[in-house]
Amino acid sequence: MDKLIAILKDLHPDVDFAAATDLIDGGVLDSFDVVTIVAEVDDAFGVEIPAEELIPENFNSAEALCALIERLSDD
Amino acid sequence: MMQTNILEYLEQTVRRLPDKTAFSSEDGSMTFLEVYDGACAIGSRLLRDGHYKKPVVVFMKKRPETITAFLGVLYSGCFYVPLDDEMPRYRIELILKELRPAACICDEATLNTARGLDNTGTVYVYGDIAVGEIDLRALEDVRLRQIDTDLIYIVFTSGSTGKPKGVTGCHRAVIDYIENLCDVLKFDEDTVFGSQTPLYFDACLKEIMPTLKYGASTHLIPRKLFMMPVKLVEYLNERRINTLCWVVSALTFISSLRTFEKIKPKYLRTIAFASEVFPIRQLNIWRKALPDARFINLYGPTETTGICCYYEVDRDFSEDEMLPVGRPFKNTDIILLDDNGRVPPKGGMGEICIRGTRLTHGYYGDIERTDEAFVQNPLNDKYRELIYRTGDIGRYNERGELVFLSRKDYQIKHMGHRIELGEIESAASAHGGVNSACSVFDAERNKLTLFYTGDVTASELLPYLKEKLPRYMLPHTITPLDTMPYTPNGKIDRKLLASQAAESLPARDK
Repeated sequence: MDKLIAILKDLHPDVDFAAATDLIDGGVLDSFDVVTIVAEVDDAFGVEIPAEELIPENFNSAEALCALIERLSDD
Repeated sequence: MMQTNILEYLEQTVRRLPDKTAFSSEDGSMTFLEVYDGACAIGSRLLRDGHYKKPVVVFMKKRPETITAFLGVLYSGCFYVPLDDEMPRYRIELILKELRPAACICDEATLNTARGLDNTGTVYVYGDIAVGEIDLRALEDVRLRQIDTDLIYIVFTSGSTGKPKGVTGCHRAVIDYIENLCDVLKFDEDTVFGSQTPLYFDACLKEIMPTLKYGASTHLIPRKLFMMPVKLVEYLNERRINTLCWVVSALTFISSLRTFEKIKPKYLRTIAFASEVFPIRQLNIWRKALPDARFINLYGPTETTGICCYYEVDRDFSEDEMLPVGRPFKNTDIILLDDNGRVPPKGGMGEICIRGTRLTHGYYGDIERTDEAFVQNPLNDKYRELIYRTGDIGRYNERGELVFLSRKDYQIKHMGHRIELGEIESAASAHGGVNSACSVFDAERNKLTLFYTGDVTASELLPYLKEKLPRYMLPHTITPLDTMPYTPNGKIDRKLLASQAAESLPARDK
């Protein structure tokens, strides 16, 4: 989770990613961020996020994204 | 009879297809008749209130009503200036101060913001003025006095001194553009556009004008879908969208996330793209997914009205090759000029200069910068002939196709947006704690870095920049330096900083 927050902080240093729950719906992240996160997550965790998982529910909070990464790395 | 006004596109189509849906968005849709009636009502109201040949701001969300408001402004003989609700307030204020519009048309979403701004002129709410009485005589009277060099719009692009530049487009240039664009892309009544670009750039003319001309239709795609590639393609399929004119980054967003392994667009037949160089690897993914579709690379600066060159992909490209920008549209001419204002030898590099009816009237309220960019053709000393110097460096390849190579200055393209690095630096330098600032762009990684010296921390500087700059101009990394590196002749050493920015990141296979 810390590693993930560091990746997100790198994109938006002024956002409190531990608390935010509307990263997509609230317009914090844009499509450039999504592409960057997918690449960084692949680099850092060796997890490739498939296109169909790119939905607001998985990206609205760091917690949801973390859960997605865990789920994908179990597969 | 020769067409002299873009409203003739709408007027011919509304007679033929009044009840066909012209534009739609997630909030609703409008038929050609609804667009026509709304635009005529708005035009009548603006005229009644004495607005004529003046800038009128349209400050609305991306929806069919916004396009209707554009056309309404034209019915009054005024010209529209689109502003976006996501622009930072500081930038909007800067533009309004320069522009001094006669009026500002808002919707419910932007009304409160507009009421708090200075220099808006009369503030109207779309819902109030789009349903009023239509005064056909007054509208006809305006049309009789209009000529095709009258303005349609002013769109603002990044300016290197920190002041956005307002580019002025006119009827003649847009008609010339649209007629030739339609010939090349082969639009017709069955064309269904999926519009990606915001309405506050001239890029949206590619969908709006052919829709009016042919009675085609345009779906304004919700911005949010550009974060969900599978849902985005589902949307294209549900709406049976067959034509895209997108910025490159929106297309590579789909292909780079391996969306086609899951779902493919079912109806797409024409995919045109502009604003950046399409990475061949991504293009090849698209071509493999849609082997029967046409792919067309478009090139052109806002200053010469939309797009002026095109290349239809007609052969295979390997990853180390550059996609050409091809050749100019009919009635537009490209001249390459070297530093001495001469045509370089065959295959040589030169600045891409554009000649034609397409030239806009330059920058609103800024004759000086207009005269720097729109100049007498140095190859002609006999009569007045203006060319636009793009600042882009190009050359012709061995097939005779024009290829874009680089920029002469510090203008970059990021996520389809044109950005002057100077504007970012000027915004940072305006902070009291910043002594010097330099921003560099790593095109390969698509990353903007700002270096600065001073006694403010990076996390203090970012919120300040957010107030001043549109989101797409915000640096991804802000790095404080003890001292700014200079070259021997006293200029900031951009090359050194660029290599420093590149080294700080792990190389990524993109």
